[in-house]
Amino acid sequence: MSKPIIATTSLAGCFGCHMSILDIDDRILELIELVDFNKSPVTDIKKFTKPIDIGIIEGGCCNSENVHILKYFRDNCRILVSLGECAIMGGLPAMRNNIPIEECLKEAYLDGPSTYNPEGILPNDEELPILLNKVYPCHEVVKVDYFLPGCPPRADLIWDALLALATGQELKLEYDSFKYD
Amino acid sequence: MSNIKNILEKYSDKSRMMDIFHDIQKAVGHIDDEAINQIANFFKISSVDIVQTLSFYHFFKRNQSAKYNIYLNNGIVAKMFGRDKIAMTFENATKTKFNSISKDGLFGLYSTSDIGMGDQEPAAIINGVIFPKITTYRVREIVKEFRKGKNPTDLINSFGDGHNQESLINSMVTNNLNRRGRVIFSGFSWEDTVEKLFTYTPDEVIELVKDSNIRGRGGAGFPVGLKWQYCKQSKGSPKHILCNADEGEPGTFKDRVILTEEPLKVIVGMLIAAYAIGASNGIIYLRYEYEYLLPYLKNIIKEAEELGILGKNIKGKQGFDFNIRIQLGAGAYVCGEESALLESCEGKRGEPRNRPPFPVEKGYLQNPSSINNVESLCAIPKIIDKGAEWYRAMGTKQSSGTKLLSISGDVLYPGVFEVEWGITIREILEMAGAHDVKAVQVGGPSGKLIGKNEFHRKIAYEDLSTGGAIIVFNHSRNIIEITKEFTDFFIDESCGSCGPCRNLTVILSKKLQKIIDGRGVENDLIDLKQWGLQMRKVNRCGLGQSAANPILSGLENFRDEYEALIQKGKEYDTTFDLDKAIISGAKAVSRYPAV
Repeated sequence: MSKPIIATTSLAGCFGCHMSILDIDDRILELIELVDFNKSPVTDIKKFTKPIDIGIIEGGCCNSENVHILKYFRDNCRILVSLGECAIMGGLPAMRNNIPIEECLKEAYLDGPSTYNPEGILPNDEELPILLNKVYPCHEVVKVDYFLPGCPPRADLIWDALLALATGQELKLEYDSFKYD
Repeated sequence: MSNIKNILEKYSDKSRMMDIFHDIQKAVGHIDDEAINQIANFFKISSVDIVQTLSFYHFFKRNQSAKYNIYLNNGIVAKMFGRDKIAMTFENATKTKFNSISKDGLFGLYSTSDIGMGDQEPAAIINGVIFPKITTYRVREIVKEFRKGKNPTDLINSFGDGHNQESLINSMVTNNLNRRGRVIFSGFSWEDTVEKLFTYTPDEVIELVKDSNIRGRGGAGFPVGLKWQYCKQSKGSPKHILCNADEGEPGTFKDRVILTEEPLKVIVGMLIAAYAIGASNGIIYLRYEYEYLLPYLKNIIKEAEELGILGKNIKGKQGFDFNIRIQLGAGAYVCGEESALLESCEGKRGEPRNRPPFPVEKGYLQNPSSINNVESLCAIPKIIDKGAEWYRAMGTKQSSGTKLLSISGDVLYPGVFEVEWGITIREILEMAGAHDVKAVQVGGPSGKLIGKNEFHRKIAYEDLSTGGAIIVFNHSRNIIEITKEFTDFFIDESCGSCGPCRNLTVILSKKLQKIIDGRGVENDLIDLKQWGLQMRKVNRCGLGQSAANPILSGLENFRDEYEALIQKGKEYDTTFDLDKAIISGAKAVSRYPAV
């Protein structure tokens, strides 16, 4: 059997979850023995080149591009994993969900104390993705198979989960790896 | 703003913040930023501290308020009796949308959770005056008269029964006291009771109450005598007796009738508690919705002082002093939870405390306090008068005495019934004249929704324990929609302290809507159950712990209704629609993508 193939992406996240993947330290050498990486910020592969076994999503959906990428992942990945608070719940970006979008844009691009925007332009280029009315967790947009909580999830939890998914072993879910207070 | 200065000086105590807010709102109409700063400066605390308390209670207003503030109940029973049509008529007649004030500043329209009028819905509170049984005709009449400048009190066109007709109440509210029992609504002589009380020592009183086996009537059922004993044993003084008159559980309204018909009995009950425990201070925490009873209750307290059963050296007993004040709430269901009630009495946000320490150890102002339900306290005088054995002879082994039931919904005779514990649901339905019954909600939203196969069950701590709210639904009602109503109630009333209660209630409600919309899948039912069970473990107070009860008991007893609505054989269904989700974002930056 060939090695399972992993793809990762960061949607409306801060890349902290990807940093936490790197936090598995030297176990990353073990990991590349076990799996192949395809589309991912780690490899800089932009488009899937083969069917994917495990897709890992950091961040929720805050704009139209996030939705397209998430659907692209769902269509091409056998298993989809939401990694971290933003993917699971919307996280910090979802703090805007109770504020009208006009007000958010005004504060960010017009009225912010450190903003310089004399012409009062809001980013509206055709090339830009369009903001969604609110930030959505991934599983409200597509079916998600597994959830790894944390902000960021601990490296040990990620390692254990990847190991379980790659080898088919049962996940040893240590209480400490997802206890946060 | 000298008004505000006078109010601040009158209380000079930040633990009386609730009264300060009420008085300012009464004098000025609202509590604006200037008033907030003035309060902050006076007590030398930050204005944010004031705002966090003020914003917790939905009857306090921070912005200019309308001349007529109309709060229309949006509870389930109101909706069953045409609340939505009434709401629409109000909107059309006042040319105002809900949660806003009309352009001319005349009308403010608001929704509010259950106001304790489940037996006479739809009901509204307008500037403190209760308007029960509103019809669309009445709405148009009210609005028309208001436009002529009439006061809400001018529009009282009938008086309720019993003491509702007293000049200090003068209310349109009716008691609907459909059945009197032998404890709460029965003859009583305060002289005999107080005389008898003093033949016992305080310890003997506690033993007597313990012997009677009376348990707390708010719903939790903690033995009253034991609570008093713990409170007595705790170190600290002065000790406090608090009467919990914040009945906010949708569908319950028994305390309204007790406070209208038997307020003196409640006061004597508090006096007995004070004597037993050695307390010198009493507080009645009255929910804001019952503000119309405030002048009447204040007068009863005054009369009790004149009779010598409140004040110093009561009935000649040297050193036995006991006073009662009324603390008015401001519209927060969670304040019926005893530790949240204490916080509110201390002028803070009504957030439940962590336990231990329990209120009997560290309660009001960190002193030992016994918090008892209105009905518990009202039952005590009769126990003193007639003895424990007499009391225990009523009801069942573990549930002695009588219980008040607040029955509403699809019944011929909604109202308050005093029954002995042990009555079955079937008997209750027969008693209140209910036909074609599909489901009964026992104990309000935090209780249990039961179906026909459980109508043989008894109201008793051995079986179905309850605070007494019984809402009846006939076959024309939709169980899942009812469940969603209850869940939305918890969203509104969560204090926000525990994450699961604040967030999961919203997620659960959305899932229910998804199922109602026909988009649900089998997994949604699994989620509802698993997450609902979590709620019981991860929230601090009873409100949060029971917020998923309607869902859990609905899934258990009416599973077929859920099954009928979900999509079979489908594993996942999204309710996300990209075209809709980008509309506001595109508009905000003036883009018009082809979708």
